[in-house]
Amino acid sequence: MSDWRSKVGMADGLESLNHNFLTSNIEELVKWARRRSLMPATFGLACCAIEMMATGAAHYDLARFGMETFRASPRQADLMIVAGRVSQKMAPVLRTIYDQMMEPKWVISMGVCASSGGMFNNYAIVQGVDQVVPVDVYAPGCPPGPETLLHAILTVHELIRTGELTRRRDSAGGGAGIHLEIEAGPTPVAVRPGGGR
Amino acid sequence: MGYLNGFKVTFARLFEDRVTTEFPAEKRPKPVRFHGRHVLNRHEDGMEKCIGCELCAGVCPAKCIHVRGADNPLDDPVSPGERYGFVYEINYLRCIHCDMCVEACPTEAITESKILEFSFTNRDDAIYTKQELVVDDEGRPRHQPWELWMEGEDEHLSGWMRATAPSGAAAFEGRVGWSGDLGHGVRPPEEGQTAADEFEGAEETEAAT
Repeated sequence: MSDWRSKVGMADGLESLNHNFLTSNIEELVKWARRRSLMPATFGLACCAIEMMATGAAHYDLARFGMETFRASPRQADLMIVAGRVSQKMAPVLRTIYDQMMEPKWVISMGVCASSGGMFNNYAIVQGVDQVVPVDVYAPGCPPGPETLLHAILTVHELIRTGELTRRRDSAGGGAGIHLEIEAGPTPVAVRPGGGR
Repeated sequence: MGYLNGFKVTFARLFEDRVTTEFPAEKRPKPVRFHGRHVLNRHEDGMEKCIGCELCAGVCPAKCIHVRGADNPLDDPVSPGERYGFVYEINYLRCIHCDMCVEACPTEAITESKILEFSFTNRDDAIYTKQELVVDDEGRPRHQPWELWMEGEDEHLSGWMRATAPSGAAAFEGRVGWSGDLGHGVRPPEEGQTAADEFEGAEETEAAT
């Protein structure tokens, strides 16, 4: 199985395609498809979420960019818009949602609270969500208007188009670089229906 | 055929105008008091207005401004005062655009423009230094590559008005509350209470309440 894939240079899937005149077109196609169907995960935490909803509504109409649906399930999303301040209690939840999203995935830190804590420089708020997840684009403003968020989304599109993100994990080394090593615990006990031994 | 009644709203909307703003190609007009990114203004002779007093940094609730003042060099002064701000940095990942720095400034050096259409791909871009904040020789803001400027959007930068300005009072109608713009002149005065009363939707609002 892995033999023919490594022969054509696809040992790691599309990410490691060898560059030639045929695969470059495939790369462009993949980038185009990713750019034009970016599905955001719903992660509204505060007032920024109101602006995020306004961006999806008719006046700014995210559907023009093929991303009209905010997916409630992280399995179906590939763009995470962290809209609002992240409290210390919310940080592990945020990381869990991010880990559940499928690769490739991108993160927009929307608003100053998510980006750096903003004016909430205190013990309860995470001072920058990039301590928890790797952030690709920061949108400033308190809250950022729909135009600022659209600008951030278009910046993500541009990052995808120029291909800086396709091999981010390996080469760029960007992002938070947090890798949790979970020790293997005891084997979970299966509970059988009907009781018994 | 009763189920067609549900489509009445849908089909009626088909023939109405679109409300969508095609954002990257056009923008909606901003309110006159919109708080965008800052500019550091200059006098007409090219000197900077900032005197390095750090009042803006002191009043900032998000602590996003970093200013350090220095004595003006005698042979080539930067500002017409005794001191000037030789370090001026604003972190736009902390700024909440509350405009309190603009109100605190004694020389109207820092004002806010109308642009908020920018985003960063790293944290270093978000810290604007003096080279990026100070207006150019014609009094226009310097456009950064990650900002989306439109035609005519760099006008009316140094106009500013205190949040407590009594322009709503009847006696202040028609009086210019904005300071002059280098290169652009003075804005028209704000509309007063009378214009707000003559607003079209006023009657509907009253009827609703």
